Amino acid sequence: MKITAANVEHVARLARLELSDEEKNLFAGQMDAILAYVEKLKELDTDGVLPTSHAVPMENAFREDVTEPPIGTEKALANSPDRADAFYRVPQIIE
Amino acid sequence: MKFQPVIGLEVHVQLKTNSKIFCGCSTAFGSSPNSQTCPVCLGLPGALPVLNKQVVEFAIKAGLSTNCSITPRSIFARKNYFYPDLPKGYQISQFEEPICQHGWLDIQVEGQDQKRIGITRIHMEEDAGKLVHGEIAGLEKGSGVDLNRACTPLLEVVSDPDLRTSDEAVAYLKQLHQIVTWLGISDGNMEEGSFRCDANVSVMPVGAAQFGTRAEIKNVNSFKFVKQAIEYEIQRQIDLIEDGGTVVQETRLFDPNSGTTRSMRGKEEAHDYRYFPDPDLVPLVIDPAWVERSRSELPELPEKKKQRFMESYSLPAYDADVLTATRALAEYYEECLALQTNPKAASNWIMGEVIRGLNDSGLPIEECPVTPRLLTDLLRLIEEGTISGKIAKKVFDEVWKSGKDPKTIVEEQGLVQVSDSSAIEAIIDDLLAREAGQVAEFRSGKDKLLGFFVGQVMKASKGKANPAVVNDLLLKKLKG
Repeated sequence: MKITAANVEHVARLARLELSDEEKNLFAGQMDAILAYVEKLKELDTDGVLPTSHAVPMENAFREDVTEPPIGTEKALANSPDRADAFYRVPQIIE
Repeated sequence: MKFQPVIGLEVHVQLKTNSKIFCGCSTAFGSSPNSQTCPVCLGLPGALPVLNKQVVEFAIKAGLSTNCSITPRSIFARKNYFYPDLPKGYQISQFEEPICQHGWLDIQVEGQDQKRIGITRIHMEEDAGKLVHGEIAGLEKGSGVDLNRACTPLLEVVSDPDLRTSDEAVAYLKQLHQIVTWLGISDGNMEEGSFRCDANVSVMPVGAAQFGTRAEIKNVNSFKFVKQAIEYEIQRQIDLIEDGGTVVQETRLFDPNSGTTRSMRGKEEAHDYRYFPDPDLVPLVIDPAWVERSRSELPELPEKKKQRFMESYSLPAYDADVLTATRALAEYYEECLALQTNPKAASNWIMGEVIRGLNDSGLPIEECPVTPRLLTDLLRLIEEGTISGKIAKKVFDEVWKSGKDPKTIVEEQGLVQVSDSSAIEAIIDDLLAREAGQVAEFRSGKDKLLGFFVGQVMKASKGKANPAVVNDLLLKKLKG
Protein backbone atom coordinates (compact mmCIF):
# COMPACT_ATOMS: atom_id res chain seq x y z
CA MET A 1 0.00 0.00 0.00
CA LYS A 2 1.33 3.39 -0.97
CA ILE A 3 1.18 5.97 1.80
CA THR A 4 -0.34 9.18 0.50
CA ALA A 5 -0.47 12.70 1.86
CA ALA A 6 -4.14 12.02 2.69
CA ASN A 7 -3.13 9.08 4.91
CA VAL A 8 -0.63 11.28 6.70
CA GLU A 9 -3.25 13.95 7.17
CA HIS A 10 -5.70 11.46 8.70
CA VAL A 11 -3.16 10.07 11.16
CA ALA A 12 -1.96 13.58 11.98
CA ARG A 13 -5.48 14.69 12.81
CA LEU A 14 -6.00 11.68 15.10
CA ALA A 15 -2.77 12.65 16.86
CA ARG A 16 -3.84 16.31 16.98
CA LEU A 17 -0.87 17.38 14.83
CA GLU A 18 -1.04 20.21 12.38
CA LEU A 19 1.17 19.67 9.35
CA SER A 20 1.92 21.85 6.34
CA ASP A 21 1.36 20.43 2.84
CA GLU A 22 5.10 20.23 2.45
CA GLU A 23 5.40 18.14 5.62
CA LYS A 24 2.56 15.86 4.60
CA ASN A 25 4.32 15.03 1.36
CA LEU A 26 7.67 14.65 3.05
CA PHE A 27 6.30 12.30 5.72
CA ALA A 28 4.26 10.32 3.22
CA GLY A 29 7.45 9.49 1.38
CA GLN A 30 9.31 8.63 4.59
CA MET A 31 6.52 6.50 6.02
CA ASP A 32 6.17 4.72 2.73
CA ALA A 33 9.85 3.85 2.78
CA ILE A 34 9.61 2.55 6.36
CA LEU A 35 6.62 0.36 5.56
CA ALA A 36 8.27 -0.94 2.43
CA TYR A 37 11.24 -1.97 4.52
CA VAL A 38 9.01 -3.77 7.04
CA GLU A 39 7.22 -5.45 4.14
CA LYS A 40 10.35 -7.50 3.77
CA LEU A 41 9.17 -9.59 6.74
CA LYS A 42 6.47 -11.01 4.52
CA GLU A 43 9.13 -13.07 2.81
CA LEU A 44 9.35 -15.21 5.96
CA ASP A 45 7.19 -18.29 6.39
CA THR A 46 5.11 -17.52 9.49
CA ASP A 47 2.63 -20.40 9.24
CA GLY A 48 1.82 -21.64 12.74
CA VAL A 49 3.45 -18.68 14.47
CA LEU A 50 1.14 -16.73 16.78
CA PRO A 51 1.13 -12.95 16.36
CA THR A 52 3.57 -11.48 18.86
CA SER A 53 1.95 -9.17 21.37
CA HIS A 54 4.99 -9.01 23.66
CA ALA A 55 8.68 -9.35 23.02
CA VAL A 56 9.36 -11.03 26.37
CA PRO A 57 7.91 -14.50 26.97
CA MET A 58 6.11 -13.73 30.20
CA GLU A 59 2.55 -14.05 31.41
CA ASN A 60 0.25 -13.44 34.40
CA ALA A 61 1.83 -10.57 36.33
CA PHE A 62 -0.68 -9.70 39.04
CA ARG A 63 -1.08 -7.49 42.04
CA GLU A 64 -3.35 -8.40 44.93
CA ASP A 65 -6.44 -6.27 45.53
CA VAL A 66 -4.91 -4.16 48.27
CA THR A 67 -5.06 -0.38 48.47
CA GLU A 68 -1.91 1.67 48.69
CA PRO A 69 -1.62 5.29 49.78
CA PRO A 70 -2.29 7.75 46.93
CA ILE A 71 0.18 10.54 46.28
CA GLY A 72 -2.32 13.16 47.41
CA THR A 73 -4.19 15.92 45.62
CA GLU A 74 -1.43 18.53 45.83
CA LYS A 75 1.20 16.29 44.29
CA ALA A 76 -1.28 15.07 41.71
CA LEU A 77 -1.97 18.64 40.63
CA ALA A 78 1.61 19.89 41.00
CA ASN A 79 2.40 19.73 37.29
CA SER A 80 -0.97 20.83 36.00
CA PRO A 81 -0.84 23.92 33.81
CA ASP A 82 -4.18 25.10 35.15
CA ARG A 83 -6.39 24.20 38.08
CA ALA A 84 -9.55 25.25 39.91
CA ASP A 85 -9.94 24.13 43.49
CA ALA A 86 -8.90 20.45 43.49
CA PHE A 87 -9.69 19.96 39.80
CA TYR A 88 -7.49 20.12 36.74
CA ARG A 89 -8.98 22.85 34.61
CA VAL A 90 -9.32 22.36 30.87
CA PRO A 91 -11.04 24.41 28.18
CA GLN A 92 -14.84 24.12 28.41
CA ILE A 93 -16.07 20.77 27.15
CA ILE A 94 -19.50 21.09 25.61
CA GLU A 95 -21.56 17.93 25.81
CA MET B 1 -44.24 -0.07 5.71
CA LYS B 2 -43.80 -1.99 8.94
CA PHE B 3 -40.47 -1.79 10.70
CA GLN B 4 -38.54 -4.21 12.86
CA PRO B 5 -36.31 -2.65 15.52
CA VAL B 6 -32.97 -4.31 16.28
CA ILE B 7 -31.28 -3.59 19.59
CA GLY B 8 -27.92 -4.53 21.04
CA LEU B 9 -26.72 -3.43 24.47
CA GLU B 10 -23.30 -2.60 25.85
CA VAL B 11 -23.28 -2.58 29.61
CA HIS B 12 -20.45 -1.22 31.72
CA VAL B 13 -20.33 -2.89 35.10
CA GLN B 14 -18.11 -1.31 37.72
CA LEU B 15 -16.43 -4.02 39.77
CA LYS B 16 -16.50 -3.96 43.54
CA THR B 17 -12.77 -4.14 44.20
CA ASN B 18 -10.87 -2.33 46.93
CA SER B 19 -8.26 -0.96 44.58
CA LYS B 20 -8.16 0.12 40.94
CA ILE B 21 -7.54 -2.26 38.05
CA PHE B 22 -3.89 -1.33 37.41
CA CYS B 23 -2.77 0.45 40.61
CA GLY B 24 -3.32 0.46 44.36
CA CYS B 25 -5.47 3.58 44.60
CA SER B 26 -8.81 3.19 46.34
CA THR B 27 -12.02 2.90 44.31
CA ALA B 28 -14.21 4.43 47.05
CA PHE B 29 -16.96 6.67 45.70
CA GLY B 30 -17.40 10.32 46.67
CA SER B 31 -13.93 11.33 47.88
CA SER B 32 -12.57 14.81 47.23
CA PRO B 33 -11.37 15.40 43.65
CA ASN B 34 -8.06 13.88 42.60
CA SER B 35 -7.34 12.57 46.09
CA GLN B 36 -7.28 8.93 45.00
CA THR B 37 -4.60 9.10 42.36
CA CYS B 38 -1.04 7.97 41.71
CA PRO B 39 1.38 8.06 38.78
CA VAL B 40 -0.31 5.03 37.14
CA CYS B 41 -3.87 6.36 37.04
CA LEU B 42 -2.67 9.90 36.32
CA GLY B 43 -0.93 8.49 33.27
CA LEU B 44 2.46 9.92 34.20
CA PRO B 45 5.35 8.87 31.96
CA GLY B 46 7.17 5.74 33.06
CA ALA B 47 4.45 4.44 35.36
CA LEU B 48 3.79 0.72 34.99
CA PRO B 49 0.27 -0.73 35.27
CA VAL B 50 -0.05 -4.13 36.97
CA LEU B 51 -3.27 -6.13 36.72
CA ASN B 52 -5.42 -6.54 39.85
CA LYS B 53 -6.00 -10.28 40.18
CA GLN B 54 -9.42 -9.79 41.75
CA VAL B 55 -10.63 -8.20 38.52
CA VAL B 56 -9.76 -11.39 36.66
CA GLU B 57 -11.54 -13.53 39.27
CA PHE B 58 -14.65 -11.37 38.96
CA ALA B 59 -14.54 -11.42 35.16
CA ILE B 60 -14.33 -15.22 35.10
CA LYS B 61 -17.29 -15.48 37.48
CA ALA B 62 -19.33 -13.09 35.34
CA GLY B 63 -18.45 -15.11 32.26
CA LEU B 64 -19.34 -18.48 33.78
CA SER B 65 -22.63 -17.09 35.09
CA THR B 66 -23.61 -15.87 31.63
CA ASN B 67 -22.69 -19.11 29.86
CA CYS B 68 -19.55 -17.69 28.24
CA SER B 69 -16.41 -19.61 27.41
CA ILE B 70 -13.31 -18.32 29.15
CA THR B 71 -10.53 -17.37 26.75
CA PRO B 72 -7.38 -19.38 27.67
CA ARG B 73 -5.03 -16.59 26.61
CA SER B 74 -6.25 -13.03 26.51
CA ILE B 75 -4.41 -9.76 26.07
CA PHE B 76 -4.91 -6.09 26.83
CA ALA B 77 -4.98 -3.44 24.14
CA ARG B 78 -4.69 0.31 23.96
CA LYS B 79 -7.71 2.12 22.61
CA ASN B 80 -6.40 5.45 21.42
CA TYR B 81 -8.38 8.67 21.54
CA PHE B 82 -8.12 12.12 23.04
CA TYR B 83 -10.51 13.40 25.65
CA PRO B 84 -9.75 15.45 28.77
CA ASP B 85 -10.97 12.69 31.12
CA LEU B 86 -8.44 10.23 29.67
CA PRO B 87 -4.99 11.19 30.95
CA LYS B 88 -2.88 8.72 28.93
CA GLY B 89 -4.49 9.45 25.57
CA TYR B 90 -5.53 5.80 25.47
CA GLN B 91 -7.77 3.55 27.49
CA ILE B 92 -6.47 0.13 28.47
CA SER B 93 -9.10 -2.32 27.29
CA GLN B 94 -9.31 -5.67 25.55
CA PHE B 95 -9.90 -5.95 21.84
CA GLU B 96 -8.95 -9.09 19.93
CA GLU B 97 -8.94 -11.56 22.80
CA PRO B 98 -11.52 -10.60 25.45
CA ILE B 99 -11.59 -12.74 28.59
CA CYS B 100 -15.13 -14.11 28.01
CA GLN B 101 -16.88 -14.90 24.72
CA HIS B 102 -19.99 -16.49 23.23
CA GLY B 103 -22.38 -16.52 26.19
CA TRP B 104 -26.11 -16.12 26.52
CA LEU B 105 -28.94 -15.31 28.89
CA ASP B 106 -32.52 -16.57 28.71
CA ILE B 107 -34.88 -13.68 29.29
CA GLN B 108 -38.55 -13.66 30.12
CA VAL B 109 -40.92 -10.88 29.12
CA GLU B 110 -44.30 -11.18 30.77
CA GLY B 111 -46.82 -12.91 28.56
CA GLN B 112 -44.18 -14.08 26.08
CA ASP B 113 -42.05 -17.17 25.56
CA GLN B 114 -38.60 -17.33 27.05
CA LYS B 115 -36.02 -15.97 24.63
CA ARG B 116 -32.28 -16.56 24.39
CA ILE B 117 -30.11 -13.45 24.02
CA GLY B 118 -26.53 -13.97 22.88
CA ILE B 119 -23.60 -12.33 24.65
CA THR B 120 -20.87 -11.54 22.16
CA ARG B 121 -18.15 -10.85 24.68
CA ILE B 122 -17.22 -9.58 28.12
CA HIS B 123 -13.97 -7.70 28.45
CA MET B 124 -12.03 -5.95 31.20
CA GLU B 125 -11.07 -2.30 30.95
CA GLU B 126 -10.30 0.81 32.96
CA ASP B 127 -12.77 3.62 33.46
CA ALA B 128 -11.99 7.23 32.52
CA GLY B 129 -12.05 10.20 34.89
CA LYS B 130 -14.97 12.50 35.48
CA LEU B 131 -15.61 15.91 33.94
CA VAL B 132 -17.32 18.58 35.99
CA HIS B 133 -18.97 21.62 34.48
CA GLY B 134 -19.91 24.96 35.89
CA GLU B 135 -20.87 24.31 39.43
CA ILE B 136 -17.41 24.77 41.01
CA ALA B 137 -15.77 28.09 41.87
CA GLY B 138 -13.24 28.91 39.18
CA LEU B 139 -14.98 26.74 36.61
CA GLU B 140 -17.18 29.45 35.15
CA LYS B 141 -14.98 29.26 32.10
CA GLY B 142 -13.71 25.77 31.56
CA SER B 143 -14.31 22.22 32.77
CA GLY B 144 -12.87 20.43 35.78
CA VAL B 145 -11.21 17.02 35.61
CA ASP B 146 -11.37 14.60 38.54
CA LEU B 147 -9.25 11.49 38.03
CA ASN B 148 -10.42 9.54 41.09
CA ARG B 149 -12.50 7.32 38.85
CA ALA B 150 -9.75 6.91 36.25
CA CYS B 151 -8.50 3.31 36.23
CA THR B 152 -11.50 1.93 38.14
CA PRO B 153 -12.15 -1.63 36.94
CA LEU B 154 -15.02 -2.20 34.53
CA LEU B 155 -16.45 -5.15 32.71
CA GLU B 156 -18.03 -4.34 29.39
CA VAL B 157 -20.74 -6.84 28.53
CA VAL B 158 -21.72 -6.73 24.85
CA SER B 159 -24.91 -8.45 23.73
CA ASP B 160 -25.62 -9.79 20.26
CA PRO B 161 -28.17 -7.70 18.32
CA ASP B 162 -30.86 -10.16 19.42
CA LEU B 163 -33.21 -7.79 21.21
CA ARG B 164 -36.31 -6.60 19.34
CA THR B 165 -38.29 -4.48 21.82
CA SER B 166 -37.62 -2.10 24.68
CA ASP B 167 -39.23 -4.62 27.04
CA GLU B 168 -36.77 -7.30 25.97
CA ALA B 169 -33.92 -4.86 26.50
CA VAL B 170 -35.10 -4.07 30.02
CA ALA B 171 -35.63 -7.77 30.85
CA TYR B 172 -32.09 -8.53 29.68
CA LEU B 173 -30.62 -5.64 31.67
CA LYS B 174 -32.49 -6.59 34.82
CA GLN B 175 -31.28 -10.14 34.59
CA LEU B 176 -27.69 -9.08 34.01
CA HIS B 177 -27.97 -6.64 36.90
CA GLN B 178 -29.34 -9.36 39.14
CA ILE B 179 -26.46 -11.69 38.24
CA VAL B 180 -23.63 -9.23 38.87
CA THR B 181 -25.09 -8.08 42.19
CA TRP B 182 -25.88 -11.68 43.15
CA LEU B 183 -22.27 -12.65 42.49
CA GLY B 184 -21.19 -9.73 44.63
CA ILE B 185 -18.83 -8.49 41.91
CA SER B 186 -20.61 -5.12 41.58
CA ASP B 187 -22.84 -3.04 43.80
CA GLY B 188 -24.94 -2.35 40.67
CA ASN B 189 -25.71 1.17 41.86
CA MET B 190 -27.09 2.87 38.77
CA GLU B 191 -27.19 6.41 40.19
CA GLU B 192 -23.51 6.23 41.05
CA GLY B 193 -22.76 4.83 37.61
CA SER B 194 -21.81 1.30 38.67
CA PHE B 195 -24.09 -0.16 35.99
CA ARG B 196 -24.32 1.93 32.82
CA CYS B 197 -25.89 1.06 29.54
CA ASP B 198 -25.30 2.12 25.94
CA ALA B 199 -27.94 0.98 23.46
CA ASN B 200 -27.34 0.35 19.76
CA VAL B 201 -30.65 0.84 17.99
CA SER B 202 -31.58 0.40 14.35
CA VAL B 203 -34.74 -0.34 12.40
CA MET B 204 -35.27 -2.31 9.18
CA PRO B 205 -38.31 -3.12 7.09
CA VAL B 206 -39.93 -6.32 8.41
CA GLY B 207 -38.43 -9.28 6.56
CA ALA B 208 -35.34 -7.39 5.43
CA ALA B 209 -32.13 -9.40 5.29
CA GLN B 210 -29.88 -6.61 6.45
CA PHE B 211 -29.97 -4.50 9.59
CA GLY B 212 -30.47 -0.77 9.21
CA THR B 213 -27.87 1.82 10.16
CA ARG B 214 -27.62 2.05 13.92
CA ALA B 215 -27.35 4.90 16.34
CA GLU B 216 -25.60 4.43 19.68
CA ILE B 217 -27.36 5.97 22.67
CA LYS B 218 -24.93 6.72 25.46
CA ASN B 219 -25.09 6.32 29.21
CA VAL B 220 -28.70 5.63 29.97
CA ASN B 221 -28.64 5.13 33.71
CA SER B 222 -31.95 3.63 34.81
CA PHE B 223 -34.18 0.81 33.57
CA LYS B 224 -36.96 3.32 32.99
CA PHE B 225 -34.73 5.57 30.89
CA VAL B 226 -33.51 2.62 28.84
CA LYS B 227 -37.08 1.84 27.89
CA GLN B 228 -37.84 5.48 27.13
CA ALA B 229 -34.65 6.09 25.17
CA ILE B 230 -35.06 2.99 23.01
CA GLU B 231 -38.71 3.68 22.28
CA TYR B 232 -37.98 7.27 21.37
CA GLU B 233 -35.08 6.29 19.16
CA ILE B 234 -37.05 3.59 17.31
CA GLN B 235 -39.83 6.05 16.54
CA ARG B 236 -37.36 8.77 15.52
CA GLN B 237 -35.70 6.45 13.02
CA ILE B 238 -39.01 5.19 11.60
CA ASP B 239 -40.29 8.77 11.20
CA LEU B 240 -37.03 9.77 9.56
CA ILE B 241 -37.15 6.93 7.02
CA GLU B 242 -40.84 7.44 6.27
CA ASP B 243 -40.14 11.10 5.58
CA GLY B 244 -37.57 10.02 3.01
CA GLY B 245 -34.51 10.58 5.19
CA THR B 246 -31.71 8.20 6.13
CA VAL B 247 -30.40 7.25 9.55
CA VAL B 248 -26.76 8.18 10.05
CA GLN B 249 -24.39 6.17 12.20
CA GLU B 250 -23.74 8.41 15.18
CA THR B 251 -23.58 8.68 18.93
CA ARG B 252 -26.66 10.15 20.58
CA LEU B 253 -27.26 11.33 24.10
CA PHE B 254 -30.47 10.59 25.99
CA ASP B 255 -32.01 13.56 27.78
CA PRO B 256 -34.13 12.26 30.68
CA ASN B 257 -35.91 15.60 31.08
CA SER B 258 -37.42 15.61 27.61
CA GLY B 259 -37.36 11.83 27.03
CA THR B 260 -35.58 12.40 23.71
CA THR B 261 -32.18 11.63 22.20
CA ARG B 262 -29.95 14.13 20.47
CA SER B 263 -26.87 13.90 18.33
CA MET B 264 -23.44 14.32 19.92
CA ARG B 265 -21.62 16.03 17.12
CA GLY B 266 -17.90 16.31 16.71
CA LYS B 267 -17.05 12.74 17.60
CA GLU B 268 -17.14 11.37 14.03
CA GLU B 269 -13.48 10.62 13.88
CA ALA B 270 -13.29 9.19 17.37
CA HIS B 271 -14.16 5.76 16.01
CA ASP B 272 -10.68 5.21 14.59
CA TYR B 273 -9.20 3.84 17.80
CA ARG B 274 -6.08 2.20 16.39
CA TYR B 275 -6.10 -0.64 18.91
CA PHE B 276 -2.83 -2.41 19.50
CA PRO B 277 -1.56 -4.80 22.22
CA ASP B 278 -0.43 -2.91 25.32
CA PRO B 279 3.24 -3.75 25.80
CA ASP B 280 3.01 -2.78 29.50
CA LEU B 281 0.70 -5.67 30.32
CA VAL B 282 1.73 -9.26 29.77
CA PRO B 283 -0.72 -11.82 28.36
CA LEU B 284 -3.26 -13.29 30.75
CA VAL B 285 -3.30 -17.08 30.72
CA ILE B 286 -6.19 -18.84 32.44
CA ASP B 287 -5.79 -22.60 32.62
CA PRO B 288 -8.73 -25.02 32.93
CA ALA B 289 -7.93 -25.63 36.61
CA TRP B 290 -8.43 -21.94 37.35
CA VAL B 291 -11.74 -21.92 35.51
CA GLU B 292 -12.90 -25.01 37.40
CA ARG B 293 -11.88 -23.57 40.77
CA SER B 294 -13.80 -20.43 39.93
CA ARG B 295 -16.83 -22.46 38.85
CA SER B 296 -16.79 -24.35 42.14
CA GLU B 297 -16.84 -21.04 44.03
CA LEU B 298 -19.96 -19.76 42.26
CA PRO B 299 -23.05 -19.37 44.42
CA GLU B 300 -26.29 -20.99 43.35
CA LEU B 301 -27.58 -18.52 40.74
CA PRO B 302 -31.03 -16.92 40.95
CA GLU B 303 -32.64 -18.94 38.16
CA LYS B 304 -31.47 -22.21 39.68
CA LYS B 305 -32.48 -21.22 43.18
CA LYS B 306 -35.90 -20.21 41.94
CA GLN B 307 -36.41 -23.63 40.33
CA ARG B 308 -35.29 -25.36 43.52
CA PHE B 309 -37.62 -23.29 45.69
CA MET B 310 -40.50 -24.31 43.45
CA GLU B 311 -39.58 -27.98 43.36
CA SER B 312 -38.39 -28.57 46.93
CA TYR B 313 -40.89 -26.40 48.77
CA SER B 314 -43.81 -26.41 46.33
CA LEU B 315 -43.72 -22.62 46.16
CA PRO B 316 -45.68 -20.89 43.38
CA ALA B 317 -43.53 -19.29 40.66
CA TYR B 318 -44.58 -15.88 41.94
CA ASP B 319 -43.23 -16.54 45.44
CA ALA B 320 -40.02 -18.05 44.09
CA ASP B 321 -39.51 -15.01 41.89
CA VAL B 322 -39.97 -12.53 44.73
CA LEU B 323 -37.78 -14.49 47.14
CA THR B 324 -34.90 -14.68 44.65
CA ALA B 325 -35.01 -11.00 43.70
CA THR B 326 -31.75 -10.52 45.59
CA ARG B 327 -29.28 -12.96 47.02
CA ALA B 328 -29.67 -11.48 50.51
CA LEU B 329 -33.44 -11.98 50.46
CA ALA B 330 -33.06 -15.57 49.25
CA GLU B 331 -30.56 -16.19 52.02
CA TYR B 332 -32.93 -14.73 54.60
CA TYR B 333 -35.59 -17.15 53.40
CA GLU B 334 -33.21 -20.08 53.51
CA GLU B 335 -32.17 -19.19 57.04
CA CYS B 336 -35.83 -19.34 58.00
CA LEU B 337 -36.14 -22.76 56.38
CA ALA B 338 -33.09 -23.98 58.25
CA LEU B 339 -35.02 -23.20 61.45
CA GLN B 340 -37.68 -25.74 60.53
CA THR B 341 -40.53 -23.55 59.52
CA ASN B 342 -43.42 -24.04 57.12
CA PRO B 343 -42.02 -22.94 53.71
CA LYS B 344 -45.21 -21.40 52.38
CA ALA B 345 -46.05 -19.62 55.64
CA ALA B 346 -42.55 -18.16 55.80
CA SER B 347 -42.83 -17.09 52.16
CA ASN B 348 -46.14 -15.35 52.82
CA TRP B 349 -44.78 -13.47 55.79
CA ILE B 350 -41.60 -12.42 53.98
CA MET B 351 -43.50 -11.25 50.90
CA GLY B 352 -46.00 -9.46 53.10
CA GLU B 353 -44.88 -8.05 56.44
CA VAL B 354 -41.11 -8.28 56.01
CA ILE B 355 -40.92 -6.61 52.61
CA ARG B 356 -43.49 -4.01 53.62
CA GLY B 357 -41.45 -3.22 56.73
CA LEU B 358 -38.27 -2.91 54.69
CA ASN B 359 -39.93 -0.63 52.17
CA ASP B 360 -41.38 1.58 54.87
CA SER B 361 -38.13 1.85 56.82
CA GLY B 362 -35.76 1.90 53.86
CA LEU B 363 -33.64 -0.78 55.54
CA PRO B 364 -31.88 -3.48 53.53
CA ILE B 365 -32.85 -7.07 54.33
CA GLU B 366 -29.47 -7.59 56.00
CA GLU B 367 -30.52 -5.10 58.66
CA CYS B 368 -34.08 -6.33 59.11
CA PRO B 369 -34.78 -6.12 62.85
CA VAL B 370 -36.99 -9.19 62.60
CA THR B 371 -34.30 -11.79 62.04
CA PRO B 372 -35.05 -15.23 60.59
CA ARG B 373 -34.88 -16.57 64.17
CA LEU B 374 -37.49 -14.07 65.40
CA LEU B 375 -39.74 -14.57 62.39
CA THR B 376 -39.73 -18.34 62.68
CA ASP B 377 -40.39 -18.08 66.45
CA LEU B 378 -43.41 -15.97 65.59
CA LEU B 379 -44.60 -18.44 62.96
CA ARG B 380 -44.27 -21.24 65.51
CA LEU B 381 -46.57 -19.36 67.90
CA ILE B 382 -49.20 -19.22 65.16
CA GLU B 383 -48.71 -22.85 64.20
CA GLU B 384 -49.05 -24.00 67.78
CA GLY B 385 -52.25 -22.00 68.16
CA THR B 386 -50.79 -19.71 70.83
CA ILE B 387 -51.73 -16.59 68.86
CA SER B 388 -53.96 -15.93 65.87
CA GLY B 389 -52.65 -14.69 62.55
CA LYS B 390 -54.18 -11.32 63.23
CA ILE B 391 -52.53 -10.90 66.62
CA ALA B 392 -49.32 -12.15 65.03
CA LYS B 393 -49.22 -9.06 62.82
CA LYS B 394 -49.39 -6.91 65.94
CA VAL B 395 -46.62 -8.96 67.53
CA PHE B 396 -44.56 -8.66 64.34
CA ASP B 397 -44.71 -4.86 64.57
CA GLU B 398 -43.66 -5.04 68.22
CA VAL B 399 -40.72 -7.33 67.39
CA TRP B 400 -39.72 -4.90 64.63
CA LYS B 401 -39.75 -1.96 67.05
CA SER B 402 -38.29 -3.57 70.15
CA GLY B 403 -36.25 -6.51 68.88
CA LYS B 404 -37.76 -8.55 71.72
CA ASP B 405 -38.60 -12.15 71.01
CA PRO B 406 -42.23 -12.84 70.08
CA LYS B 407 -42.91 -15.14 73.02
CA THR B 408 -41.93 -12.45 75.52
CA ILE B 409 -44.13 -9.89 73.78
CA VAL B 410 -47.11 -12.27 73.76
CA GLU B 411 -46.65 -12.97 77.48
CA GLU B 412 -46.01 -9.37 78.49
CA GLN B 413 -49.04 -8.07 76.65
CA GLY B 414 -51.29 -11.00 77.45
CA LEU B 415 -51.92 -11.80 73.80
CA VAL B 416 -52.19 -15.54 74.19
CA GLN B 417 -54.98 -16.85 72.05
CA VAL B 418 -58.02 -18.09 73.93
CA SER B 419 -58.88 -21.56 72.69
CA ASP B 420 -60.56 -22.58 75.92
CA SER B 421 -64.14 -23.23 74.80
CA SER B 422 -65.79 -22.33 78.11
CA ALA B 423 -64.30 -18.83 78.04
CA ILE B 424 -65.39 -18.34 74.45
CA GLU B 425 -68.77 -19.85 75.12
CA ALA B 426 -69.38 -17.26 77.82
CA ILE B 427 -68.72 -14.45 75.35
CA ILE B 428 -70.96 -16.05 72.75
CA ASP B 429 -73.84 -16.62 75.14
CA ASP B 430 -73.63 -13.01 76.22
CA LEU B 431 -73.60 -11.80 72.62
CA LEU B 432 -76.49 -13.97 71.43
CA ALA B 433 -78.59 -12.83 74.35
CA ARG B 434 -78.00 -9.19 73.42
CA GLU B 435 -78.55 -9.64 69.70
CA ALA B 436 -81.74 -11.67 69.69
CA GLY B 437 -82.99 -9.90 66.58
CA GLN B 438 -79.93 -10.75 64.52
CA VAL B 439 -80.05 -14.32 65.78
CA ALA B 440 -83.61 -14.66 64.53
CA GLU B 441 -82.60 -13.26 61.12
CA PHE B 442 -79.72 -15.72 60.89
CA ARG B 443 -81.98 -18.61 61.72
CA SER B 444 -84.42 -17.51 59.04
CA GLY B 445 -81.65 -17.97 56.48
CA LYS B 446 -79.48 -14.86 56.47
CA ASP B 447 -76.19 -16.84 56.54
CA LYS B 448 -74.10 -13.77 55.90
CA LEU B 449 -74.66 -12.68 59.48
CA LEU B 450 -72.16 -15.31 60.67
CA GLY B 451 -69.39 -12.85 59.83
CA PHE B 452 -71.00 -10.26 62.04
CA PHE B 453 -71.15 -12.66 65.00
CA VAL B 454 -67.55 -13.80 64.52
CA GLY B 455 -66.45 -10.17 64.36
CA GLN B 456 -68.29 -9.31 67.55
CA VAL B 457 -66.81 -12.24 69.45
CA MET B 458 -63.29 -11.41 68.24
CA LYS B 459 -63.80 -7.82 69.27
CA ALA B 460 -65.08 -8.76 72.70
CA SER B 461 -62.04 -11.04 73.18
CA LYS B 462 -59.70 -8.24 72.01
CA GLY B 463 -58.71 -10.42 69.06
CA LYS B 464 -57.44 -13.19 71.29
CA ALA B 465 -60.14 -15.78 70.72
CA ASN B 466 -59.10 -18.65 68.47
CA PRO B 467 -61.09 -17.95 65.27
CA ALA B 468 -61.55 -21.62 64.44
CA VAL B 469 -63.00 -22.35 67.88
CA VAL B 470 -65.21 -19.26 67.65
CA ASN B 471 -66.58 -20.42 64.33
CA ASP B 472 -67.32 -23.91 65.54
CA LEU B 473 -69.04 -22.81 68.72
CA LEU B 474 -71.05 -20.08 67.03
CA LEU B 475 -72.41 -22.45 64.41
CA LYS B 476 -73.27 -25.01 67.04
CA LYS B 477 -75.15 -22.45 69.14
CA LEU B 478 -76.87 -20.61 66.29
CA LYS B 479 -78.06 -23.74 64.58
CA GLY B 480 -78.58 -25.63 67.81
